[in-house]
Amino acid sequence: MGALIRLGKNGVVTKAPRDTLRDALSVALTVGTYGLAFGAAGIAAGFSVLQTCLFSLLTFTGASQFAAVGVMAAGGGALSAVAAAAMLGTRNALYGLQMAPLVQVKGFRRFFAAHVTIDESTAVALAQTPRGPHAMRFGFWLTGSGVFLFWNVFTLLGALGAKALGNPASWGLDAAVPAAFLGLLWPRLTSNYLRVVAVSSMVFAILVTPWLSAGVPIIASVLVAVAFGWRER
Amino acid sequence: MSQTTAWVVVISTSVACFSVKLLGYYIPAGWLAHPRLQRVNALVPIALLSALVVAEGLVEKTRVVIDHRLAGLCVALALLLAKAPFPVVVVGAAVASAILYHLH
Repeated sequence: MGALIRLGKNGVVTKAPRDTLRDALSVALTVGTYGLAFGAAGIAAGFSVLQTCLFSLLTFTGASQFAAVGVMAAGGGALSAVAAAAMLGTRNALYGLQMAPLVQVKGFRRFFAAHVTIDESTAVALAQTPRGPHAMRFGFWLTGSGVFLFWNVFTLLGALGAKALGNPASWGLDAAVPAAFLGLLWPRLTSNYLRVVAVSSMVFAILVTPWLSAGVPIIASVLVAVAFGWRER
Repeated sequence: MSQTTAWVVVISTSVACFSVKLLGYYIPAGWLAHPRLQRVNALVPIALLSALVVAEGLVEKTRVVIDHRLAGLCVALALLLAKAPFPVVVVGAAVASAILYHLH
């Protein structure tokens, strides 16, 4: 689930809540199509339809889900898969920090808020800043629940579709997964510096692959992030 | 992958990712405010997603291999450069890879 936030023409944001509604729904629908790709990726990696759908229901953070099934598809161990997913999910904790004072929920509702705290809900909420806190909250909940609905429906469709197709390589599904990762990466490469980080990570992963167990190079690439982020530029 | 492994991965991933989300709502804001942590954290998705492109597109077990998947990746790259939407990128890569797979 990449950064897919469109703010209407020229990025100008105007009145709430109808425009907020439009922002939220367009994001939710677009993300749904990523769900199709995830459903197919889950099946291609060897998970069942039920397991693939549980990922989307319970994990519900796209890049982490893709990472977990990706590591398993690459022949990696369970620990590498979970570690990769958890590390990709750490940004959600930072989103939570930003959203907590905004949504101000207590008790059990906090669990729901946390579960739908993802790239899209946070981005739409922050994009509503000029429309005030009411619109921000509205954007957060609407995008979060909208993405949840579409993401899960499309995961199921993608999984059933891939199941019906059979051999993943025969239909190009084994190439669709790395293409999906590239598609998730692409919108994040907003500066030359970030492109250098991406290319360095790829080169690093290729270089260490023969020396490490399957799946471990993915986790090890975090070292590249540490190396680049250690010092202030 | 055994069924047991598959279930362990599904459940552990879900628990880990939900815990991380919940963390954001319970810890004091200052805890994650360290600039170094913020800088590294901003780069982690880029590093991991880049490595995943390689692991899924160029690697088989622990070997770097060039096969039909690379053709798919090249098509994906071309489509992204042409600003194609995500579904087009994924389907384009799949079609290119499948064609090469069957020619082979």
